[in-house]
Amino acid sequence: MGQVTFKIWRGEGDEGHFEEYQTEVSEGMVVLDAIHAIQSDDASDLAVRWNCKAGKCGSCSAEINGMPKLMCMTRLSSLDLDNPIIIEPMKAFPLMKDLVTDVSWNYEAKKSIKPFKPCKPDAPDGTWRMQQEDVERAQEFRKCIECYLCQNVCHVLRDHHDHAEYIGPAFLVKTAAFEMHPLDEENRTLDLKDEQGIGYCNITKCCTKVCPEHITITDNAIIPLKERVVDEFYDPLKKLFRIFKPK
Amino acid sequence: MTERFKTHEYDVLIIGAGGAGLRAAIEASSTGASVGVVCKSLLGKAHTVMAEGGMAASMGNVDDRDNWKVHFADTMRGGQYLNNCEMAEIHAREAGERVLELEAWGALFDRTKEGKILQRNFGGHKYPRLAHVGDRTGLEMIRTLQDHGIHQGIDFHMEVTVTNLLKDGDRVVAAFGYEREKGRFMLYKAKAIVIATGGIGRAFKVTSNSWEYTGDGHALAYDAGADLIDMEFVQFHPTGMVWPPSVRGILVTEGVRGEGGILTNSEGKRFMFEDVPPLYVSSTADNEEEGWKYVTGDKEANRPPELLTRDHVARKIVKEVKAGRGSPHGGAFLNIAWIKEHIKDSETHIKKKLPSMYHQFMELAEVDITKDPMEVGPTTHYVMGGIRVNAESQMSTVKGLFACGECAAGLHGANRLGGNSLSDLLVFGKRAGEFASKFASECEYGNIGTNEVNALVTESLLPVDRTEGENPYKIQEDLQETMQDLAGISRCDEELKTAIVRIGEYAVRSTTAYAPGNREYNPGWHTALDLHNLLVVSEALCYSAMQRTESRGGHFRSDFPEKTEEGSTYNTVVRRKNDGSMEVERVPVIPQSDEMRAIIEEYK
Ligand SMILES: Cc1cc2nc3c(=O)[nH]c(=O)nc-3n(C[C@H](O)[C@H](O)[C@H](O)COP(=O)(O)OP(=O)(O)OC[C@H]3O[C@@H](n4cnc5c(N)ncnc54)[C@H](O)[C@@H]3O)c2cc1C
Ligand code: SF4
Ligand code: SF4
Ligand code: FES
Repeated sequence: MGQVTFKIWRGEGDEGHFEEYQTEVSEGMVVLDAIHAIQSDDASDLAVRWNCKAGKCGSCSAEINGMPKLMCMTRLSSLDLDNPIIIEPMKAFPLMKDLVTDVSWNYEAKKSIKPFKPCKPDAPDGTWRMQQEDVERAQEFRKCIECYLCQNVCHVLRDHHDHAEYIGPAFLVKTAAFEMHPLDEENRTLDLKDEQGIGYCNITKCCTKVCPEHITITDNAIIPLKERVVDEFYDPLKKLFRIFKPK
Repeated sequence: MTERFKTHEYDVLIIGAGGAGLRAAIEASSTGASVGVVCKSLLGKAHTVMAEGGMAASMGNVDDRDNWKVHFADTMRGGQYLNNCEMAEIHAREAGERVLELEAWGALFDRTKEGKILQRNFGGHKYPRLAHVGDRTGLEMIRTLQDHGIHQGIDFHMEVTVTNLLKDGDRVVAAFGYEREKGRFMLYKAKAIVIATGGIGRAFKVTSNSWEYTGDGHALAYDAGADLIDMEFVQFHPTGMVWPPSVRGILVTEGVRGEGGILTNSEGKRFMFEDVPPLYVSSTADNEEEGWKYVTGDKEANRPPELLTRDHVARKIVKEVKAGRGSPHGGAFLNIAWIKEHIKDSETHIKKKLPSMYHQFMELAEVDITKDPMEVGPTTHYVMGGIRVNAESQMSTVKGLFACGECAAGLHGANRLGGNSLSDLLVFGKRAGEFASKFASECEYGNIGTNEVNALVTESLLPVDRTEGENPYKIQEDLQETMQDLAGISRCDEELKTAIVRIGEYAVRSTTAYAPGNREYNPGWHTALDLHNLLVVSEALCYSAMQRTESRGGHFRSDFPEKTEEGSTYNTVVRRKNDGSMEVERVPVIPQSDEMRAIIEEYK
């Protein structure tokens, strides 16, 4: 397939520039392979995160020709190789170096979600029985590989930098995973409304479009959670009920 | 002298945040110990996340004839009786409890019709035994442990690599390393240290393992004077991707065969029906129909030969390729699409049972596995060998130093059964955490001289401080070539000797490794520092492989192709002598108690 040019963001913190590299590409290569080749031949200090090289760990998120993607799952043959391929770090998080961003905020945000709290075991042997179809409803959200690509495209975080007010789509997916767990009996709706800012989401669905796990983030996770919040806090009947009998 | 590093103190320090490290951390923390966890990558990205097929535990939810004794006997047979039988017993007894505990922490496994945890077939397991979530069981496991662990008051130090252990007398009392972001140095003083760093797959060229698998824990323990055992036993998984070249080695889960996938050669023949090993003849189907019956849950049927142990399947594929009957890119065909002969909506069925395999092949190889066969061949996958530990407590042969998970050895003997790793992580992770915490409660922090640590800082900085030298990536690549060619799936004395000579040369070259750039997130520098570990494990592997003049499990000698009686009596140990050279020794296999021997006989 010959030589291809890559323009890769190099820099630390607020400073940086695009650097051009040429590398020989062969059939079946993905973007991460090209990055590795460049690292091994021309730029041994090029910073990049990766682990599984199979779309399973969510480490290698970046923007490829402006599209947020996993580098290990983006085949070169899907890109226009006649023009330079542009590789940049995610934009919603502070840059550490080159393609590596500081995603520690995500770990903090996740911690704010109340953990799983199971109901009492319902079977005589002290365990639980669950039906496959109930399990499947929550399994969709449990596929999340924490790549943060959805966080990266959500305008609330990316453009408005409201990281303090809004936990972002990835963690609404996480909340949905707990809330729709057949055994869970924690209540997270107040937190969703007040601490985690679910109201900031205006259902643009950009997050859903980039999810490499094809999780229907907006329709299946965020909207049902929004409905829970509405039911609990804005439904007039329930509200009245709450006044008399606070939870 | 001023300190060129930052210090933390913990009762228990855990190195590694895969399934084993996280389970150990949770346990240690639950006893009230202060616990720190360090890991090379971000939390939740460790190798465990990649595990696909499931974790083995004899809960008997699908076949009620299963119980811990059968699991124990299967594990011993799979390991060709070189296993530490005490570990195999503990593992088989405790695995079920650990799986249920994971469920209580929120893991959501696939279910049986009665609503219990569903269990699937896997190679070498007599009954369906693997609790699973489609083909992403590892993700479920690591996420559950992670989400539980972050609320237990454990300190996580992400993207920190430990490079040295420090001792006070004969006891390990601290770990030293660097953090990736700024290249700052860290000292973790601890009363007990648990190594849970995983495997060594990066010593080979074709591997299912990530950059992290440079055998760090193995080398840390070795350098600290601990014994490594069984290092000749490496598992080459029979089914890695072979095409396109850039994905060579990426794993294709055994679950494909568990769900009915068959192996064929270029002549369309199901070659696994030939050469079934004697230990397994009585339990293996000899015709296609029976094999399929087994897959669909017929309790009377024997398992198809594709589900024989990994060492055997891998060698059979190599044999077909060598005989000129391989697939176009030098592998065999793995076909799951054929089940359409038996199942109506096979396309939906396959996508549901093997979703990530479907995506992996669609996106990386443009193959639709519901319609076409995959091309597969052996890939370096798992190391049975590792740090020698006490079965009960997981303490190594050095005081205060514990190990669990893939970097510890004993449970799997000469060959690991699929699914026995994830359960291993939980069972022995818990034990390591428990006993490390107990050890910590009975001692004080050790003494470490600032000068000693500052010297480590200086040494670590050599590759970035040099102004010229060799590219560390090239040294790593050369080592990987050597190991792949000379110490891989087939070995002989001459080649192993050559490998050892070359490893010596790479060791010399590694002292000139040069990483341009600064200390901040500099992968060239990290690669240079990892070289030492790769060299240690490679050398240990070669010496152990030379020592074992027979073929068994994951170890195949072309010059000694048969199994010997003598070979079943010893394990191979390597350790560091005072002069820094490597010593190899045969130690007697841990004797089986009468009770255990009776169980093995009963379930032969
Ligand atoms: C693709 C694939 C599929 C698999 N499928 C299955 C399966 O279905 N069933 C099964 O039972 N097994 C399976 N296995 C094997 C199993 O996943 C691994 O053996 C197991 O996950 C190892 O877990 P661990 O906790 O020992 O180590 P890991 O999960 O690898 O964690 C190691 C940790 O140590 C850290 N670390 C390493 N070195 C250092 C250092 N120097 N300093 C600090 N931290 C360090 C790493 O950052 C990481 O956090 C599979 C393996 C692969 C590769
Ligand atoms: S749908 Fe909501 S969460 Fe998703 S990108 Fe739009 S605003 Fe953000
Ligand atoms: S929801 Fe999808 S895009 Fe968002 S972090 Fe999870 S896997 Fe990534
Ligand atoms: S490297 Fe794991 S998702 Fe890309």
